[in-house]
Amino acid sequence: MNKALLTYLVWPVVKFLIAFVIVQLIVVAMTWIERRLLGFMQARLGPNRVGPWGLFQGIADPVKLLLKEDILPSSAEKIAYFLGPMLPLVPAFIVFTLIPYGPPPEFTVTRVNVGLLLILALTSTAVYGIILGGWASNNKYSLMGGLRSAAQMVSYEVPFGLSIVGVLMICGSLDLVTIVRYQEMNAWNFLPQIVACFIFFVSMNAENNRTPFDLPEAESELVAGFHTEYSGMKFAFFMLAEYSMMIVNSCLIVTLFFGGWTLAMFDLGITTSFLKGLGIFGGIIGAVILFAKVMVFMLVYVWFRATFPRFRFDQLMDLGWKWLIPLSLANIFVTGIFILAGQERLMYWIGLGTIGLTAFYLFKPRRVEPAAPAPQKVIHAS
Amino acid sequence: MSELTPPGSPPPATTPPAAPAAPAAPPARSVDELKRDPLVAAAVSRIDDAILGAKELVGEITLFIDRDRIVEVCRAFKDDGFVYLVDLAGVDYSKYPGHTGLRFSVAYTLYSFQKNARVRLRVWTDENGPVPSVTPVWKTANWHERETFDMLGITFSGHPNLERILMWEGFNGYPLRKDFPIRGIDTGARIYPEVFPEGGGPKPGSTGKPAADVNLYKGEWKRYGTWPAAQIGGGAKPAAPKPAPKPVAAATGAVAAPATVAPAPEAGAAPQADDDEEVN
Amino acid sequence: MFDVHEMEVNFGPQHPSTHGVLRVLLKIDGERIIDAKPIIGYLHRGTEKLFEHMAYPQCIPHTDRMDYVASATNNLGFVETVEKLMGISKSIPRRAQLMRVMLSELQRISSHLLWLATHAIDIGAMTPFFYTFREREQILDLFEEYCGARLTLNCMRIGGMPDDLPHGWLDDLEEFCGKFDAAIDEYESLLTTNRIWKRRTVGIGVLSPEEAIEWGITGPPLRGSGVEWDLRRAQPYECYPDLEFDVPTGINGDTYDRYLVRMVEMRQSNRILKQCIPLVKQTPAGDIKAKISKVIRPPEGEVYHSIESPKGEIGYYIVSDGKTQNAYRCHVRPPSFVNLQALPAMAKGHLVSDLVALIGTIDIVLGEVDR
Repeated sequence: MNKALLTYLVWPVVKFLIAFVIVQLIVVAMTWIERRLLGFMQARLGPNRVGPWGLFQGIADPVKLLLKEDILPSSAEKIAYFLGPMLPLVPAFIVFTLIPYGPPPEFTVTRVNVGLLLILALTSTAVYGIILGGWASNNKYSLMGGLRSAAQMVSYEVPFGLSIVGVLMICGSLDLVTIVRYQEMNAWNFLPQIVACFIFFVSMNAENNRTPFDLPEAESELVAGFHTEYSGMKFAFFMLAEYSMMIVNSCLIVTLFFGGWTLAMFDLGITTSFLKGLGIFGGIIGAVILFAKVMVFMLVYVWFRATFPRFRFDQLMDLGWKWLIPLSLANIFVTGIFILAGQERLMYWIGLGTIGLTAFYLFKPRRVEPAAPAPQKVIHAS
Repeated sequence: MSELTPPGSPPPATTPPAAPAAPAAPPARSVDELKRDPLVAAAVSRIDDAILGAKELVGEITLFIDRDRIVEVCRAFKDDGFVYLVDLAGVDYSKYPGHTGLRFSVAYTLYSFQKNARVRLRVWTDENGPVPSVTPVWKTANWHERETFDMLGITFSGHPNLERILMWEGFNGYPLRKDFPIRGIDTGARIYPEVFPEGGGPKPGSTGKPAADVNLYKGEWKRYGTWPAAQIGGGAKPAAPKPAPKPVAAATGAVAAPATVAPAPEAGAAPQADDDEEVN
Repeated sequence: MFDVHEMEVNFGPQHPSTHGVLRVLLKIDGERIIDAKPIIGYLHRGTEKLFEHMAYPQCIPHTDRMDYVASATNNLGFVETVEKLMGISKSIPRRAQLMRVMLSELQRISSHLLWLATHAIDIGAMTPFFYTFREREQILDLFEEYCGARLTLNCMRIGGMPDDLPHGWLDDLEEFCGKFDAAIDEYESLLTTNRIWKRRTVGIGVLSPEEAIEWGITGPPLRGSGVEWDLRRAQPYECYPDLEFDVPTGINGDTYDRYLVRMVEMRQSNRILKQCIPLVKQTPAGDIKAKISKVIRPPEGEVYHSIESPKGEIGYYIVSDGKTQNAYRCHVRPPSFVNLQALPAMAKGHLVSDLVALIGTIDIVLGEVDR
């Protein structure tokens, strides 16, 4: 067989399929994990009927959705209505080819030297499906959900992109593999880029329409937002896209800020060269490490969902435009100053200090006060 | 039991006392005495001539007010501290034993925060006479008056939006009137005008069955206790001969003031009457 | 005519957060509410008409169905009104009075728990829903233990109570009361100081005290506006004069204050329950009915009486002709109905998301609004 064909077509496709299957398995597992974990946090059981501990719930749900009637509202815009659920799914799947799951070249599907830009470009197209679906449903709630989603994604795309700039400045590359290699040689990026990491995390929550930013599908306000009129497999596609994007974004934050497939800092620990030394098993270990880190973030998503109320729309815009964007710009500026001054190591200490202060604030003992409003004298209208 | 006044609890059950009937400890006060009661004296002094009568039961003072001056009286009471309109209820007295005079009564219950007491104002009215609306005095009167209009057909002049609130627009009748049958009437006008002719009652053939068969249970209704056998309306007299003009009045506007009493009997006034008797 | 920017949206009657079959016709500009018009009546069952055709004791189960999450207080309001008309209010045995108070306060807690659950889930906080249902379940178990029903209790009779407390009921209640304060702390730890929760509730739907009285609002919304008025305190009924409790009031009259008022009210109800337990133990068992005749035929006259239900003032206006065993007319003054009326005034200028919070904060039950 032609070597070029093998390198550029067969292997990438095989690798993509493997990655795709693994990610879809994680999606299936996630539906179960999320509900069980939510159940645990909310003093209830969660799914526990299908299979042992309800393990097969993740399979039962898609099967149920497949068998359900696929409803097409009579006044819907048919083509757009069909396109709606598919558009977010495609970029979510393409992005899986760009993420390095382990030491290159065996565990990267494709290594693009502008991989990060490509990922940003692709993920931001997911919003079209949501807007299209919301509009095509010809339902006012769907429309409002779609519009909310558009505004939200557009405004959070900006801090999302800006927060990455600091990382690029430090690592000097848009190639995800290079970024990971840089992190294992120095420190993971969340130390020097603690602010960017925070902004990235918040905007990634908002990008995914997860609590507390789940306004486009706020079930108590917009019934179900953009997917109100969708049923059956189309609805499942929306869900699939959402969970896939969650995984993509978790992969991204792990790759950009938490050392990707390595468990090493300053060339100490499980480094890429150590993994390479173990051959194919080393690569698998790297992928396991990556997905373990990803799972941590997935669980944080669930934790957020159990904890926070939902933002209001204008408050969401406030947070994005008035806080996150200026903050990320300031972060770029400060990072630039440190790099110019040649004091990159100093940023590690700043990051450590920030983490320490936050931890102190979070865990300091505090009094639970009933917060009764002060009694007030009787007021009469006359 | 011991501290209770002699005419208290045991007698009323067996032999209901006569008309005065107030088991309250002091003997019934006269109208003038009631008007001088410190609770209402200040307000009454301003609108004394609008008060047609007064009575008291279990410590609650009721003042009968001239219908056309109710707004003025309410304002006087509001200025006197009765800032809170608790309740507004209409009553159809048409079947009240021994009642003569106007058919409806509207009772306004007011509350004063300073005096921590309620007073009730009542006006008499009938189907034709609109009661002046007290919405300019209390915003809360809005829905209360709409409900009273909806349920009893008492109209309120000057109300900003007097339309049905609990029943649907175009409902043909006033449910809380005493001549409205408890089992309800068949009326689907306005909702499905193509199915139900205005004036109510399923049109023969609209459901593919003759009207007499619609919703008609053919079997034997079981009797429980002392209740009368249940009957389902609709089968008896499907024809709607005369109500044609009435629903037009109800349809054209909410203020169907004149003579909208009648539509109910069409569903069968006679069986409804003995319903009333037996149920009790 | 509509401006091109305006859109008309039917919020309900089938909508997750209208708490039943409320329909609000919204006129919105983007997401800002220009006008809101509540449309009610989808749950109208003619309860008042039924009252006219039933003997007084037969009416009690129907009062359950009005505010179906607070049926004990509905029962209490009705039986007290009839008792007032018959002049036997003073002769209710103390044990029955205490039992009535205990059931009403349990009902108040359970209603407020349901309110908190739905209010929180409307604003997007999912977890309090499950935490409150955990405690509510225990209260419903207590109800079930007493009268066999969990929701529609039918647990009061004219002149007293239907049954004495079952064995061990007070111990169960005591156990619940002991745990409940900690449970409220748990809810509060999720919400009270939560920044998002505060941003969603502070300054939303502000009602000044004058406005609140003008709209006839009662209950926690009135107290949230700073008017210290509680019928349990203002016109005490049953044995409330013997019990110690505070009436919480808010300052700003916004959604957050109403939230705080209800949270404190739950604590106060728990305090009342704790006081009741030893008092009940002092009363002779079985002394739960006043001596009244089997046939209840009140004298002629009209009477209005109201009590403090979890939602506000629930009043009954009964006209009796003195000849029959049924009310000539029984009008209900439902707190939800009156409170809901202020919704458009509160909602104007806010966003659609706030409307959801406002419907939650008024705490309506459509069964009561529509009757």
